[in-house]
Amino acid sequence: MSTRIRESRGQEMVLTAAVAIVIALLSLLPMLRLIKEIVAPGGTLSTVAIKAGLASPATWIATWHTLVVGIGGTLLAVLSGTLVAVLVTLTDIRARSAMVLCYVMPLMIAPQVTALAWLQLFGPASPFLKLFGAAPPLGTRNPLYSTSGIILLLGVQYGPLVFLLVRAGLRKLPRELVEAARAGGAGWFTVLVTIVLPLMTPSIMAAAALAFVSCVGNFGIPAFLGIPANYLVLPTLIYQKLAGGGPAVLGETAFLSVLIGIIAMAGILTQEIMSRRRDYRISSTSLPAEPYELGRWRPAVHAGMWLLIIVVLVLPLFGLVLTSLVPGYGIALTAKTATLDNYRFVLFEHDAASRAFFNSFWLSIAAAFFAVLVAVPIGYLIAWGKQRWVRLLNLSVELPYALPGVVLAIASLLMFLRPIPLTGIQLYNTVWIILYAYLARFLVLALRPTISGYHQIDRALEEAAQVAGAGLFTRMRTIIFPLVAPAAIAGGLLIFMTALSELTVSALLWSSGSETIGVVMFSFEQGGDSNYAAAMSVITVAVTFLLMLVTNLLAPYLPTGVLPWRD
Amino acid sequence: MARLSLDNVTKSFANFDAVKDVSIDVGDGEFLAVLGPSGCGKTTLLRLVAGFEKVTSGEIRIGSEVVSGKGGSVAPEKRRVGIVFQNYALWPHMTVAENIGYSLKVAKLDKAVARRKVEDALALVNLQGLGERRPANLSGGQRQRVALARCLVAAPSLVLFDEPLANLDVHLRASMEDEFASFHKRTGTTIVYITHDQAEAMALADRIAVMDGGRLAQLATPRELYHEPANEMVASFISQGILLPADVLSAEERGHCKVRVLGAELIVRCRPGERPRTGAKVCCRSADLDVSPDGPGFDGLVKRVIYQGGSARIEFTPSTNPDLTLHFEQPDPVALESGAQARLRIRSGWLIPAAGAAS
Repeated sequence: MSTRIRESRGQEMVLTAAVAIVIALLSLLPMLRLIKEIVAPGGTLSTVAIKAGLASPATWIATWHTLVVGIGGTLLAVLSGTLVAVLVTLTDIRARSAMVLCYVMPLMIAPQVTALAWLQLFGPASPFLKLFGAAPPLGTRNPLYSTSGIILLLGVQYGPLVFLLVRAGLRKLPRELVEAARAGGAGWFTVLVTIVLPLMTPSIMAAAALAFVSCVGNFGIPAFLGIPANYLVLPTLIYQKLAGGGPAVLGETAFLSVLIGIIAMAGILTQEIMSRRRDYRISSTSLPAEPYELGRWRPAVHAGMWLLIIVVLVLPLFGLVLTSLVPGYGIALTAKTATLDNYRFVLFEHDAASRAFFNSFWLSIAAAFFAVLVAVPIGYLIAWGKQRWVRLLNLSVELPYALPGVVLAIASLLMFLRPIPLTGIQLYNTVWIILYAYLARFLVLALRPTISGYHQIDRALEEAAQVAGAGLFTRMRTIIFPLVAPAAIAGGLLIFMTALSELTVSALLWSSGSETIGVVMFSFEQGGDSNYAAAMSVITVAVTFLLMLVTNLLAPYLPTGVLPWRD
Repeated sequence: MARLSLDNVTKSFANFDAVKDVSIDVGDGEFLAVLGPSGCGKTTLLRLVAGFEKVTSGEIRIGSEVVSGKGGSVAPEKRRVGIVFQNYALWPHMTVAENIGYSLKVAKLDKAVARRKVEDALALVNLQGLGERRPANLSGGQRQRVALARCLVAAPSLVLFDEPLANLDVHLRASMEDEFASFHKRTGTTIVYITHDQAEAMALADRIAVMDGGRLAQLATPRELYHEPANEMVASFISQGILLPADVLSAEERGHCKVRVLGAELIVRCRPGERPRTGAKVCCRSADLDVSPDGPGFDGLVKRVIYQGGSARIEFTPSTNPDLTLHFEQPDPVALESGAQARLRIRSGWLIPAAGAAS
């Protein structure tokens, strides 16, 4: 008896141990290393690092700027995202799916591409404005190089994030609550203000917290818009310090990155406190409310929505494409001047750029592949596991993604600056440190859909295999993986799209030979070669769109909500 | 084939006992139904036997092997039990044949042998030629048959059914019941069959274990459960037995004794050794009641008449005890109307043994 009993738990223990090791390596270790650098730089407890950081005026200026653009961007995102969510969800607006797809699209585009696209639209060299002869004279300052420019673009970038969360909340709103208010004599607007929006407080707060964390940690937009105006936020300050000082200033930047982490966490805490103040629980579940009939306002609302989409999506992309076709800075685009030279140059002629395409592709594929592979067993333990401590794993996987990317990048640098003990393997200054950071940061993107995939599967399917005599690993391979594969793979594709034009992490970790698309794009733009940067952006955006189409093929097999752009 | 024994099995979750001190011995080749209202612990019991849950205390043996007990728990995949799940649990990404052959593949059986076994199993459940279909393209009854075939193919020593007919419509239920019965007859497998449907349990099982609040209320043959319920719960749960307060007037004699119920004296069946006592309960079935306008009996009020086609269900309140409701059937032509006075007679009944009396 005893041997049969002992045998039974073996595979589960192996799996749990493997998962624990992976998570410790990817999530707990870097965070601990970062904290150690702050409280005990060089191995002994001291407050030197903290004191030095606090004493520097640059820290305070950048913190202030971070808060300004963080709060400003969040407000804009919450206002626009909520408004669009209410219009799209609660009214009888037409072409809803197309509208959702177009409005959510900016979320799938890397922030620095958004920044570049908008810069090309309004700058003095704008090929778009030149089409109408409306471009400001060369040498004029681009109006987006400013605080309000950064706030505007952060709002555009993360409005869709708010939209998705608020829309999910609105869809769960039971119609009885709305109907009871209307039966009580309230007009539609009164219902919206007194019933719908108050009930949506938790969704809106959660969305605001997420938008805040994203705004505060964003690197691409303040890098493209703020650095030229010498308007530094914490992530760009860290970048500049590292770019100028190298590993010597790591301790200083570690302090700054923890500061960003604290600001982000403060945002999340505020949300927690705010949504606990009242009871917002919705007890009943039922059909969603009948859409409100816009009536004679419908054409106007339609026009407004599509205008918004043209402004936030179509025009910037159009501007980007135009710029990528112009042979040089400031030249007007005509049938004669249009050229594909920029594409040829970045794809085949420029060493770093073609290397970057290669690097980013394989990094994204490797990160996606690994994440899918690991997400299935981790998801299994989290969704179906019996041990309660396993649920803590979920939190630790979320952490590197919830915290701004800069935090993880600095932590990775600290961990791998010196060769790995015992093995002597050097990751610093190689492409592998970027891969490590991608794995740590994006794992959760594959894990979340996988877990919701697990929740949709009847556990009896696994139990049936178990009574058929299949051990854990056999069940994983033959039953569980095939069943959660669509969700996990969709997560993998999301990772690929996100990692392909990622900049925040690689900007701090790259070295010569391990450039990524984001890094080369950034350096082109900094060097004034917007045309090349635009060409690279157009290519990545095209790849992303293509992948979105491919991923759509998986949609019938996926839990709802896995693909953000699908309605 | 194997015996299954549960010895004082208890399963506690955070702060309640789902299964409390249950002991059952299922004989080799026996068909045991576990019957009870929802939340009585019957599904937990099945999951304990299958090994999905671990016992808090007590011991479970399959054959001569202890599979759950103090020393630990044998994993479900090593117990060689078969389960037919309530919602079939067919793997959607495999064909019918792959579903059925899964356990053979896991056991690394020779492919040709496995194929033949799958064919045999398909034939056994009358699904020849459907091996290449996907579960999604089958009807509810066919899915149930595939689930049955999947569990048979490995020739398990013990088969557990978890409310297998709950998701089928009435007509299919009857034919699947026949199928389960003939399957049991043919294979002689030991079966534990979880259900909340009394008719199903009565029709199929050799013995029925009635569960209530995690405890085993009674373990007996269907006839015994109906005629000689061991306690009030079983009496009222099985076929809506009517419980009436009674005083026992005479000691047991040849399985009967004299009692007073609602002021009238009558002879009821009872366990050996019953002695006169007060505060006893008698269980009557609706068939034990009839209207007797001027014979011995008790008066009362007809509260409700529910016509059921061919007969009516009469709900009746005795005037001496207005809190009680008795019900019985009256065939057409129904003479009673609600609000009318009537006189009832109890022909027979069963004296519920005193609580704590040995069974």
